[in-house]
Amino acid sequence: MHYFVWFLVLLLIILHQDNWFWEDSTLVFGVVPVGLFYHACVSLAACCTWFLATRFAWPSTLEDAIGDDTEGSVEA
Amino acid sequence: MIHLVVIVIYLTLLLLLGVFANRSFRGTSRDYLLASHSIGPFLLLMSLFGTTMTAFALVGSTGEAFKEGIGVYGMLASSSGIIHSLCFFLIGIKVWALARRHGYTTQIQFFRDRLESDGIGLLLFPILVGLVIPYLLIGVLASGTVINSVTKGTFPDLFLEYDGGVPQWLASLVICCVVLVYVFLGGMRGTAWANAFQTLVFMILGIVTFCVIANNLGQRGIMAKEMEAGQNEQMAKSMAEQAGMLEKMSVISKRIPLEKSTRSDMSKTKFLTYLLVPLSVGMFPHLFQHWLTARSAGSFKLPIVAHPVFIMIVWVPCVLIGVWATTDLASVPGKVPANAVLAFLVKKEATTAFGGYYGAILGGFLTTGILAAIMSSLDSQFLCLGTIFSNDIVLHYFGKDRFSDKKKVLLARLFIVGIVMVTYSFSLWEPRRVFTMGVWCFSGFSSLFPLILAALYWKRLTLAGAYASIVAAMASWGVLFWQSGFAANPHFTVNFHVGDHIYETMPVLTVFTVSATALVIVSLVTRPPSERTMTKFFDAKTSRSGLKSS
Repeated sequence: MHYFVWFLVLLLIILHQDNWFWEDSTLVFGVVPVGLFYHACVSLAACCTWFLATRFAWPSTLEDAIGDDTEGSVEA
Repeated sequence: MIHLVVIVIYLTLLLLLGVFANRSFRGTSRDYLLASHSIGPFLLLMSLFGTTMTAFALVGSTGEAFKEGIGVYGMLASSSGIIHSLCFFLIGIKVWALARRHGYTTQIQFFRDRLESDGIGLLLFPILVGLVIPYLLIGVLASGTVINSVTKGTFPDLFLEYDGGVPQWLASLVICCVVLVYVFLGGMRGTAWANAFQTLVFMILGIVTFCVIANNLGQRGIMAKEMEAGQNEQMAKSMAEQAGMLEKMSVISKRIPLEKSTRSDMSKTKFLTYLLVPLSVGMFPHLFQHWLTARSAGSFKLPIVAHPVFIMIVWVPCVLIGVWATTDLASVPGKVPANAVLAFLVKKEATTAFGGYYGAILGGFLTTGILAAIMSSLDSQFLCLGTIFSNDIVLHYFGKDRFSDKKKVLLARLFIVGIVMVTYSFSLWEPRRVFTMGVWCFSGFSSLFPLILAALYWKRLTLAGAYASIVAAMASWGVLFWQSGFAANPHFTVNFHVGDHIYETMPVLTVFTVSATALVIVSLVTRPPSERTMTKFFDAKTSRSGLKSS
C-alpha cells in the first residue's frame, strides 16, 4: 500500500499535464470550462491521495523521536 | 465612506485580537516565536493555508485569469494542491521532528548544524531575507491597490489625483502598521489566531463575493438575451430575477472569449515547468517556523489532506470571476489594471445588487475578505524575519546569555520594522503585476529546494555542495531576473530550440536544474560530513523518523 500511495502521487503529477483538454471549450454543467473543471477534479483527487498517504505511508515512529524535552536547544 | 468604515472596524478587530493574544503570552521568546509548540491540527491547517494563500491567490489569480484565462488554475492551484502537501509530508514533518529534537527555531540553525558550518548561515541569511522582500512587496502593493480601488470617489477634494480614493501609499502604510502591531502584541500565537480568523473571513467572504458577482452578471446576461429575443425591459428583468443561479452562471460562461476558456494561447512546456514553482514552500522561512509550532507530528495530517481542497475552494471562484470579467457583461474599463479587477467588480456589483447603503456595507465586507488574505501572509513573514535575525545573527554571534528575553524580542521587532520600511519604499516605485512578482519570488525559493531535500534525505550532501548549489541558484536566478527587466516582462520564458520547435519554459526550470546539478556534482567530489553528523541526522536510533534516507 505504501508504494501504491507514491504511485498515485506520481500518477497525479502525470495527469496534471492534461494536453487532451487544451483547446476544448466545453462548459461542464453549462458553467465551468472543462479545462478548469478537470483541474478542480485533480485538486479533489490530490485530497484523496494525501488522505491515503496519511493512513498508509505515515512515518508512525516519528513521535518516538521526540522526548518531553529537546536536547541541546539552540534557542532558549 | 461606508466601505472605509467597515475596513477600519475590521482592522480594529485585528488589533484587539493581538491584544487578546498578548494576554496569553507566557513571557518567553520560545512562546513569542513558536507559540510553545502548542498549535493543533485545525489551527495549523488554517495558519499554513492562510500563509500560503496571499494576495497572489485572490488578487493575483483573478487578475491573471483576466489576462491569461483559465489555465492559471492548472498552472498554480491544482499543482500546489499536489506539491504543497508533498512538501508538508516530506519536508515539514521531518523538519519538525529534527527541530523538536535538536531545538531549532529557524532554517539557518538547521543548516548550520547539518552542514557543520557557520558560514552557510551568513550566506543563507541575506538570500532568505532578500527573497522574502518581494513576497512582502506583493502583499503591500496589493493592499494599496485594493483599498484605493474600493474607496474611489470617497474623498473627491482631498485626494483628487487618486480619483478621490485613499492613496495607495497611505493604504499600504496603514496595513503594514496594523499587521506590525498585532504581530508585536501577539507573536506567533497572535499570528496563528489572526491567520485562522482571517482565513475563515476570506474563505466565507470569497464565496459571498462569488455569489454576488455571479448573480449580478447573470441577471444582466439573461436580460440582454431576453431583450434580444424581443421581450420588453420589464419582462426581461422579471425573467432574469426569477432565473436560478446555474442558469445565470451559464449565461455568463457562454460569453467567455474562446482564448480565455481554453489554453489555446498557453505553451504546454511552460505549463509543465510551472509545476516546479510550488516547490518553493519547502524553503519558505515563514512556513518553516509555522511547522515548528505544531503540537505533534499528527497535527500535520489535517493540513496535508485538506490543503488541496481549500485551494480549490478559493481559486476556482477567483479564476471564474477573472474570466467572467473579460465578458461584455462585466464592462471592466480598459484602464483598470489586472491587480484591481477583483476590487473593481466587488465595489461595482455590491452597489448594483443592494443599492448605495447596503451595497457599500457588503462591498466593505468583501474588501475585508481580500485584505484578510493579504494580511494573513504578511504577519507570518514579518515574524519570521525577526526570528531569523535575532536567532541567526544576534544571538548566534553575541551569545544567547548576553540578552534577556525582553531584549531578544525587542531586537527582533526592530529588525522587522527596518525590513518593512525597505519593502514599503520599494512599493512606492512603479508597481509590477502581483502574479509576475510572486512567480519570480517563488522561483527563487524553489531553486533552494534541492538543498533542503538533500539535507534531509541524502547523506552524501557536503558543505561545498551546499555552497555550490546556493551560489549557482542565486547567480542563475539573478541573471534571468535581470533579463526579464526585473519582472517588467510578465511573459518572460527561457526558450529551447529543438529542430524547428521552440519550447518555452519557466525560468524556475533553469535555476532548479542548475542548483540541483551543482549540489550533486560538488557533493560527490568533496569530503562527506563527519560520522557524528551522519549519526545525528540519519541514524535510525537517533533520528527515528521512519522516513527512509538514501
